[in-house]
Amino acid sequence: MNKIWLIIQREYLVRVRKKTFIIMTIVAPLLMVALIIAPTMLALKSQQDRLIAVYEEENVIASQLENRELLHFKIISQEEYLALKSNFNSNLYYALLDIKDNVYTLYSNQQIALATRNNIEVELEYILEKENLKNAGISVQTIKAAESNINVITKIISEDGTATSSNAEVSTGIGFMSGILIYIFIFMYGTMVMRGVIEEKTNRIIEVIISSVKPFQLMMGKIIGVALVGLTQFVLWIGLTLILSSVIEALFLNDTIQNMSQDNSLILGEVNSWFGGINIIQILLSFLFYFLIGYLLYSALFAAVGSAVDAESDTQQFILPITIPLILSFILIQPIMENPDGSLAFWLSVIPFTSPVIMMVRLPFGVPSWELALSMLLLIIGFLFTTWLASKIYRVGILMYGKKPSYKEIMKWVNYRE
Amino acid sequence: MNTCIFIAKNVTKQYGNYIALNNINIKIPQGSIFGLLGPNGAGKTTLMRIINQITAPDSGELYFNGEILNRSHIPLIGYLPEERGLYKKMKVGEQALYLAQLKGMSYKDAIQKLKFWFEKLNIMDWWHKKVEELSKGMAQKIQFIVTIIHQPELLIFDEPFSGFDPINAAIIRDEILELSKQGTSIIFSTHRMESVEEICTDIALIHNAKTILDGPISSIKQKFTDQTYEITLLQGELVKNNLFEIINREENTFIIEPNNGNSIQVILESINKEFNIISFKKRLPSMEDIFIKAVNHE
Repeated sequence: MNKIWLIIQREYLVRVRKKTFIIMTIVAPLLMVALIIAPTMLALKSQQDRLIAVYEEENVIASQLENRELLHFKIISQEEYLALKSNFNSNLYYALLDIKDNVYTLYSNQQIALATRNNIEVELEYILEKENLKNAGISVQTIKAAESNINVITKIISEDGTATSSNAEVSTGIGFMSGILIYIFIFMYGTMVMRGVIEEKTNRIIEVIISSVKPFQLMMGKIIGVALVGLTQFVLWIGLTLILSSVIEALFLNDTIQNMSQDNSLILGEVNSWFGGINIIQILLSFLFYFLIGYLLYSALFAAVGSAVDAESDTQQFILPITIPLILSFILIQPIMENPDGSLAFWLSVIPFTSPVIMMVRLPFGVPSWELALSMLLLIIGFLFTTWLASKIYRVGILMYGKKPSYKEIMKWVNYRE
Repeated sequence: MNTCIFIAKNVTKQYGNYIALNNINIKIPQGSIFGLLGPNGAGKTTLMRIINQITAPDSGELYFNGEILNRSHIPLIGYLPEERGLYKKMKVGEQALYLAQLKGMSYKDAIQKLKFWFEKLNIMDWWHKKVEELSKGMAQKIQFIVTIIHQPELLIFDEPFSGFDPINAAIIRDEILELSKQGTSIIFSTHRMESVEEICTDIALIHNAKTILDGPISSIKQKFTDQTYEITLLQGELVKNNLFEIINREENTFIIEPNNGNSIQVILESINKEFNIISFKKRLPSMEDIFIKAVNHE
C-alpha cells in the first residue's frame, strides 16, 4: 500500500509540475470566459436605442405606436419628413417609417436590422388588428378581455407520485454538458496513462521498478495518479472560470448587473423552477461516479495498449477497438437526447463501455432507479473485468520488446502464469 | 561456505512453446561473486527475473537464505538489469530518492545514504540536474547507486560495465569488490570473460535453458585443464624427445605436453640439467576457452 502511494505521488507531481499542465490550466478558463463573455459584450454593444422617425398624414396609426425597449418612435413634421426623404443624413434617426394608404415603408441610409424590422411589423400588425376589430364594432374592452397569454407548464410525475416541474431545455443542456465532459476526460487522461506506460517501457526503467513493486501496483498507481491530475485540473478549471468571469463581469458589465439586480429575485425564482424537476444532488453524485469509474475502466485498457507496443506510433491498431464504443456514444448523444427513454438509450446506458456518457445524457430527463442501479453495477463489474484483463496483458507486455504483437499473441499473454 | 544465499531446484520456465529454463539447478554460495554465464538467449535474464520475482517459474523450488523465496525478500535484493534506464524528465536526486523508497527505505534513511554515495562517487552537483542532461555513463553511475543503496544481501548485476569508460569501469569494479568484502553476495552476468576471470569466485554456465557447468572457478579450471605446461628458458632451444612433445613456441617460451606416463618431475629434472629455467607453470585454460569449449561440446 505504501509503495502504491509513492507511485501515485510521483505520477501526480511529475504531471502537475509540467509547464503544459500549468499553461493548460490557466489558458483553458481564459478561453472559456472569453467564450462566455465575448458574445454578451458584443450583443450589449450592438444593442443601442434606435429612434425611428414616423410620418403619417392623418396620424391614425402613428399615434398608437408604443415605445418599447431599444426601439423609440417619434412623429415628425412634414418638412422634416421631406428633408429626410430627399437626403437621409441624420445622426438622430435610425430610420424613417412612412405610412401611406396601408403601405408601410422604412427608409434608412443603412441596412436595417432584421430585429428592428420584425419588431415594427409586430407592432403595426397589432395596431391594425385592433383597428379592424374596432371598425367591426367590437369594443376595446372586449378586445382586452379576449387577449390571452399562454405558457404550457411541463411536470414530471415521479415514482413516489409527486409531480415536479420539468424543463426540457435545461435537461438537454445538463445532459449534453456532462456527457461531453466525461468523453473528453476519458480520452485525454486515458491517453495520458498510455503515454506514461510507453515512456517507462522505452526509457527502460520498467524492469528496475518492477523488481521493487508488482506490475499491478505500478499500473494502478499510474492510473490513480493520472485520475488525480484530471480531477485537479477539472476543479481548477471550474474555480478559475468562476473567479475570472465574476471579476470580468464586475469590471465591465457593472451597469447591466445593477439593472438586473432589481429583477434578481424574479430570475432566481425562475432558475429554481427550471431545476425543480431535476435532482441536482443525484446528477452530481452520478456524474462523479461515471466520471471516475468510466475513466478507470478505459484507462486500464489504455495502459494495456501502452504496455503492448514500443512506440506511440504503433498504438493505432489497438486503440481503435477501445475508442469505438466511446466515439459511438459521443455520436449518439443527439439521438439519445431526442428520445431519452427509447430502447437504444436504455441499452447503451446499461452497457459498461457506453454507459458513462449515455447515462449522464439520459439522467436529467429522469431515469428509473433500478436502471441507474443496474448501469452502475454493470459499470463496476466492467471496470473490474478490464482491470483484470489489462493487468494480465500489462505484466507480460512491459517486458516484451521488438516485434509488435498480434491480437492472438496478446490473448496468449493473458493465459501466462505469473 | 556451506550456506547458500540462493538456491534454485529443478526450475522450469516456459513461454508458450518456448522453453526458457529447463530443470535448472543453481546454488549461489553466501559471499561469493557468482558469474552467470551463457550465450545470448540461454535463459540468464529469465533466471535473474525469477530471482527478482518479476516472473515466477512454472515449476521448481526457490530458496533465499534458506527460506522459500517470497515478497519479503524484495528489499534484500538489488538488481541492475541489462536494459536499464531512468525517467528522463525527472531530476537526478528526486528520482534516486523515489527508487530508493520503492525498495522500502524511509525518506530520511534514503536521503542520508544517497548523499553519502553521491559524495563518494563525486557526483553531488548532479543532484538537481535532469537525467536527460546527463551522458550515458553518468546515468549508469546513478543506476549503480540506486541498485546498491538499500544495502541488499544479494546484488544482481547484468552487464554492469557496459557504457562505462575504462576509468569509471574500474571505479565501479572496485566498489563491487568492496561490497563483496563487506559480505554482500553478488551475481554477475556478463559476456566479458576477462572480467569474470578478474572478479568471480564461482560460475554457472547456462546454455539452451540448462546449466552445463557450475562450481568454483578454480575447480572448473582444473577440470578443463589439458596436460600442458609452459616453460620459459633464459636461452637455448628446447627440442622434443621421448619424454615430451613441443606444441608451441614463442621466443623463449615453450609449451610442452608430456608423453604417456612420464611424470612432470622427471621432465623438469632433465630440462634443468641442460637449460636455465626462468619460469614454469601448468597451463590453465582461460574462461573464454572454457566457455567456447563447453558450449560447443553440448
